[in-house]
Amino acid sequence: MSIDVIAEARRQTEICNACRYCEGFCSVFPALTRNKAFADGDITHLANLCHNCRGCYYSCQYTAPHEFALNFPAALAEVRQESWERHAWPRPFARLFHESGVAIAVVLVAGFALILGMLQTLHSGGGSGFYAYLAHGAMVALFLPAFLLPLASVAVSLRGYWQEIGGGSLRWRDLLGAGRSAARLKNLDGGQGQGCNFEQGDRYSDRRRWLHQTVLYGFLLCFAATSSGTVLHYAFDMQAPYGFFSLPKLLGVPGGILLTVGCAGLAWLKTQADPALGAVRVWGGEMAFVLLLGATGATGLALYLASGTAAVPVLLTIHLGTVLAFFLLLPFSKMVHGFYRFATLVAEEQKKAAVRDAQARP
Amino acid sequence: MNAMLSKNTWDIVVIGGGNAALCAAITASEAGARVLILESAPKTYRGGNSRHTRNFRCMHRGPLSVLTGSYGEDEYFDDLMLVTKGKTDEPLARLAIRSSEDCLPWMEAHGVRFQPSLSGTLSLSRTNAFFLGGGKALVNAYYNTAEDLGVTVAYDAEMTHVHLDGDRVTHLDARIGGETHRIAARAAVLASGGFQSDLDWLTRAWGPAAANFLIRGTPYNRGVVLRDMLDQGCESVGDPTQCHAVAIDGRAPKFDGGIVTRLDCVPFSVVVNRDGERFYDEGEDVWPKRYAIWGRLVAAQPDQVGYAIIDAKSIDLFMPSVFPPNRADTIEELGTQMGLDGARLAATVAAFNAACRPGTFHPTELDRLATVGLSPAKTNWARPLDTPPYYGYQLRPGVTFTYLGLKVSDSAQVHTAQGPVRNLWAAGEIMAGSILGQGYLAGFGMTIGTVFGRIAGREAAAHVN
Ligand SMILES: Cc1cc2nc3c(=O)[nH]c(=O)nc-3n(C[C@H](O)[C@H](O)[C@H](O)COP(=O)(O)OP(=O)(O)OC[C@H]3O[C@@H](n4cnc5c(N)ncnc54)[C@H](O)[C@@H]3O)c2cc1C
Ligand code: SF4
Ligand code: SF4
Repeated sequence: MSIDVIAEARRQTEICNACRYCEGFCSVFPALTRNKAFADGDITHLANLCHNCRGCYYSCQYTAPHEFALNFPAALAEVRQESWERHAWPRPFARLFHESGVAIAVVLVAGFALILGMLQTLHSGGGSGFYAYLAHGAMVALFLPAFLLPLASVAVSLRGYWQEIGGGSLRWRDLLGAGRSAARLKNLDGGQGQGCNFEQGDRYSDRRRWLHQTVLYGFLLCFAATSSGTVLHYAFDMQAPYGFFSLPKLLGVPGGILLTVGCAGLAWLKTQADPALGAVRVWGGEMAFVLLLGATGATGLALYLASGTAAVPVLLTIHLGTVLAFFLLLPFSKMVHGFYRFATLVAEEQKKAAVRDAQARP
Repeated sequence: MNAMLSKNTWDIVVIGGGNAALCAAITASEAGARVLILESAPKTYRGGNSRHTRNFRCMHRGPLSVLTGSYGEDEYFDDLMLVTKGKTDEPLARLAIRSSEDCLPWMEAHGVRFQPSLSGTLSLSRTNAFFLGGGKALVNAYYNTAEDLGVTVAYDAEMTHVHLDGDRVTHLDARIGGETHRIAARAAVLASGGFQSDLDWLTRAWGPAAANFLIRGTPYNRGVVLRDMLDQGCESVGDPTQCHAVAIDGRAPKFDGGIVTRLDCVPFSVVVNRDGERFYDEGEDVWPKRYAIWGRLVAAQPDQVGYAIIDAKSIDLFMPSVFPPNRADTIEELGTQMGLDGARLAATVAAFNAACRPGTFHPTELDRLATVGLSPAKTNWARPLDTPPYYGYQLRPGVTFTYLGLKVSDSAQVHTAQGPVRNLWAAGEIMAGSILGQGYLAGFGMTIGTVFGRIAGREAAAHVN
């Protein structure tokens, strides 16, 4: 593990623990006051609780040129990033895609090429709709492993992470508590609903929270649309394409719109915010990932709008290639933050409960 | 920009860029005045000592924002009398206290956010409202509000001289970007803090020991404005030789170490000087009531340094320190590590341990667990240092502010022996000596700055309108 980033974050954590002025911004500060000394796993846990709102940077009286040189959001971002790369499996991919937008683009192009190749060689004998271009069986044969293998990879990563931060056995109440925080993105509200210090420097704004929520719900709707399509296909033998008043479209169209708009907004915010308050080396990879995620929504919408026209084969290639690249990169891109963050919220519920239990004991 | 500053005649120039200055500038600008702020610090260090604060003390009749219970005028005033031992201007003090109640909603309306009392400071949840993110967040909020109102701010802009003609200010000189500019103004508000960062002045006032003092706040409060006004016959208040000094971590930076350099371990320690000797009752009272005395106590020791020694039993009883303590398995080794005569320290601790008596230890209240037959005695929390590892912290005096200031009227107006200066007001630390003649009441500095900043802004705007 990279001793440097953890040591630097520990140095800053100890200063914050002697100060505590930022206690009201987020759950990182109440969590750090539980300790006086910080093991590596404690630092990793704190880093994954932080969502880089930057409130604690702009309010800090010790930022450079002060000799304490606090930049807590960046210190935690470096640790967080490093923890995802360290636990990624297979590991060599992690750093590459996290850091490099170009590498992400290469996978995307490879995705296009693969789909194009399949369209040309495997077009179906007699399917209808999209399946006229690519047989349903071929699509499943490609996308099922492309979906499940990355999830398996994430599961391996999370197991290592969970051990490192000292997570215990799972209980419902911890999962529920974490779910409640995540659903409302509670921690992105800045403690009082004023939001982050992101695209407007030391002025608060809740655009980042809204846009992130737009992306999250857009993504979930798209995911639900795909799942409902699968159910219709197998359970009811109803085949794509579906009309507008069908479950996949009623979920997918708004989902696609939310995803596209949300990602475009987040990408714009990123260009406005100061890169030095995050993990600078992954700026490009993060940006490419946001655009890729947005493109899954945008290309899906384009495909729907083009249905019945000659543009379908091209758009189908682009859309399926984008979705494929997105899934394959899931364990090695910013997307993985969702899994780590949720695991961390659960662990935080456990740690808080442990303190309460200890206090309740006579 | 710089040419623009001297070309205009400003309605009001505010000197300083901390809490008092910003409250004055915002109030004046809202009343329609064209306001210029001259802040001697660069933008990254703007906000003076106000950047380092965490709360302000606020009167309230019932629960208000984050404040619990109630805190009435008389109780507040009694608390002030207790720390100042009566050295206060009662009408001004009562004005500050009474006005503090409307400060809180005014602050919220101008962008300041509050948070519940920080962990470890529950005792203040009724009397002091804490700023979310601390004083720098407050200062940022005010700068944003001022910018939205059209206030002009010049950074790296040190005011060097106020030109007085009889009972009026005619213009000011300021050094901006290495050049002296003449700035014309119809009125001025002085909010430039104390003089504690001018070490020569501090040494002249206090004596050579002051060279070893650490300054807890900004290096930019050098008292240039205060000196200039006193030289021109403005009336002063406050003891010119005194400063508020507390015992802080001896390894803190010379300036701007701020809150994190505080050390709360003294009540659980044996404290010795450079020669390994104890010199005062470490357990006289709870720490919030003693930290200021310890600044002076340490200042009076050879080399202005003290060493607080504790054992493993006490390490978790106080807020964590910013620098890790020295640590060793024997007292002697610890002493050597800290540059003391180890054997001498071990002997002092052995004598202390022998004077301890069995009893019940209560870290949060006066437990009367006292030494017997030891001089000086330790009258509370006296437990033998017998459980390794042992820890040591170096203590030095850290100066918070100086007491000397400008005497003002209840409308914050500056006076000479001939009477008021018609277009000159002062707010904040630079006039706080009127109210805080001695001692300190936590959170009162920001109250004085907010109340008198607003008064000065209002009066100055009324004068120019
Ligand atoms: C570590 C620390 C913690 C504190 N905590 C608290 C607390 O929690 N609550 C509380 O009430 N009080 C606290 N205080 C005291 C509090 O900081 C002061 O009472 C308060 O900030 C004074 O406000 P002010 O605006 O008068 O001065 P400052 O905030 O110090 O502002 C003075 C300004 O004047 C500028 N200046 C100086 N000279 C010139 C010049 N010649 N030309 C132009 N500009 C000039 C400086 O750069 C600075 O911006 C604390 C002090 C310290 C050091
Ligand atoms: S970020 Fe700065 S102000 Fe906030 S708790 Fe840490 S040291 Fe204090
Ligand atoms: S950046 Fe925001 S979330 Fe992260 S520690 Fe600072 S205040 Fe908390």
